[in-house]
Amino acid sequence: MNTEAYWSIFINASLVNNFVLAYFLGICPFLGVSGKMETATKMGGAVTFVMLISSICAYGIHALLVAINAPFLQLISYIVVIASTVQLVEMFIKKMSPALFRALGIFLPLITTNCAILGLALFQTSKAYSFTQSLIYALGAGIGFTLALILMAGIREQLEFAEVPNVVKGTALTLLVAGILSLTFMGFSGLG
Amino acid sequence: MSTEKTISPQAGAPQGSKKMLTAMVGIGVFCALLIVLTFEGTKDRIERLRAEALEKAVFNVLPGITKTRIFQMTAEGQFLPSDGQDRSKTLVYAGYDEADTFVGVAIEASGQGYADVIRILFGYNPSTQTVVGFYVLESKETPGLGDKIEKDENFLANFRELSVALSADLSQVENKVIPVKQGSKTKAWEVDGITGATISSRAIGNIIGESSAIMVPLIYSQLESFKSDVNK
Amino acid sequence: MSTGITKNAGINTNPSSTDEFIKGLWRENPVFVQVLGMCPVLAVSNTAENALAMGLATAFVLLMSNILVASLRNFIPKQVRIASFILIIATFVTIVDYAIQAISVDLHKNLGAFISLIVVNCLILSRAEAFASKNTISKSIMDALGMGLGFVFALFCLGAVRELLGNGTLFDIGVFPNGFQEWIIMILPAGGFFTLALWLLLFNFFKSKKVQV
Repeated sequence: MNTEAYWSIFINASLVNNFVLAYFLGICPFLGVSGKMETATKMGGAVTFVMLISSICAYGIHALLVAINAPFLQLISYIVVIASTVQLVEMFIKKMSPALFRALGIFLPLITTNCAILGLALFQTSKAYSFTQSLIYALGAGIGFTLALILMAGIREQLEFAEVPNVVKGTALTLLVAGILSLTFMGFSGLG
Repeated sequence: MSTEKTISPQAGAPQGSKKMLTAMVGIGVFCALLIVLTFEGTKDRIERLRAEALEKAVFNVLPGITKTRIFQMTAEGQFLPSDGQDRSKTLVYAGYDEADTFVGVAIEASGQGYADVIRILFGYNPSTQTVVGFYVLESKETPGLGDKIEKDENFLANFRELSVALSADLSQVENKVIPVKQGSKTKAWEVDGITGATISSRAIGNIIGESSAIMVPLIYSQLESFKSDVNK
Repeated sequence: MSTGITKNAGINTNPSSTDEFIKGLWRENPVFVQVLGMCPVLAVSNTAENALAMGLATAFVLLMSNILVASLRNFIPKQVRIASFILIIATFVTIVDYAIQAISVDLHKNLGAFISLIVVNCLILSRAEAFASKNTISKSIMDALGMGLGFVFALFCLGAVRELLGNGTLFDIGVFPNGFQEWIIMILPAGGFFTLALWLLLFNFFKSKKVQV
């Protein structure tokens, strides 16, 4: 039984142990989608949404697996659920808002391989969070992920106008910026 | 060439979905089989390794013991022998020396450190009414700073004779273990901190303080259950 | 297929098995060139030992999944291929997870959740989709070995530098004289980002030099 306070879980997931900058989860989309502010925000929103749903499903699956005593099926069941959730979200967005669907493009299916979502499911299980705690954890993680993405997008958009040496251009530069961002987020340690 | 690749929807659909289903189910069954085989094959060895690691930790916090036994705490605060499988129950580890005399109990506790939750094991000796050992099971404290709680000799020395003496009526710990600033320790129940790692070291003091306040009176009142099970 | 298209950076249109192996080491190195599978690369590379273990675990999963996918490539219908790949990869990751637990409790604690996260390592899925599902078993094996080795190599570069500068040791053996003040930042997440950025920088530098010549 985990006795962590709700606000502590939230601050922890979004700032102190930010999924991208501290746990290195979700790096692929972080590097790939953080070029423009607009796509970054949309991706962040989509990821948060998928995280919330996956968190609920993971909680249910874990309870089920414990009941039937098959803990070794945890990984497979989590990933299958995440993949299905993303598929459903994709179909839902396609129906509800074709414009948004077109804007997100290839990024939606990429959420499946976003380690942040699977990482969330695994972490919440290992911390033995209750249902509400898991939801808050997912919310915090998603918002933290979006925050990191937006910060990075803002910086990268500005960098477009700077004179950057050719060898550093591209991924190397993004990683350097990410390193500095990670350093600044370390300042949040000790909160909660 | 392009017409070959077009899957005609009407004719192919029922066959197509049946094929998809068989493929998925087939792969699913095969994969599940592989996993179950691996699980069964490694189960014993993994259990053995885990038990060894735990024993090593318990030996670390209760000097002088040669064997341990696991006890489970019931809702009424009683301690019964257990195989340690039920992780949802509070477990303690009793240590016995070569002559099978009961020496003390290793207690697991955890709490928020600087970076994340820290899990520790500390040893309690009821005859001296002190904490006699401390070991970090799991910590994500900052390397080089917070992880001094595992390495700093002066800090570790805190836990060789940390007093958790009970009050006269044996109902509670007389003076709760508390962390103090480095160098200002004057009482036997204070934990001298580490200046460069105040939060982590303070966390340890609080974790032990909280846990001992609850567990020590309970364990002390049940000493017989630890001693009498030696001969079982 | 015309073989006259030789201007495409020397892409061989009918590569031999050895070519499949070598490309993964340098020219199409999964970390330095394709920039795939970054999450574990940064997270588990704080010591050389962890980096090596993680690299080998990933390479193993890559190899087994490539073999299975290549063997089943004619039986898996197109619509469910991604789902099947993920199922297969998840299986081998679970197997590796138990294998590591059975080898060493400490190692498993160090690698932690990232073993399970191998399943979403874009590298493995991308090799299954781009190669193993379209090539023979033997070629897929070579591809997996090459990419896997390239991955281990990249991870090791990262882990070695981070451990050397951040801890003064390599595989827990002290390297620098006692007076050496460790650069703690190297072991922290920020250091992971910086080290990888610098390696990429170096890699790009050498690549650009080659093109100029």
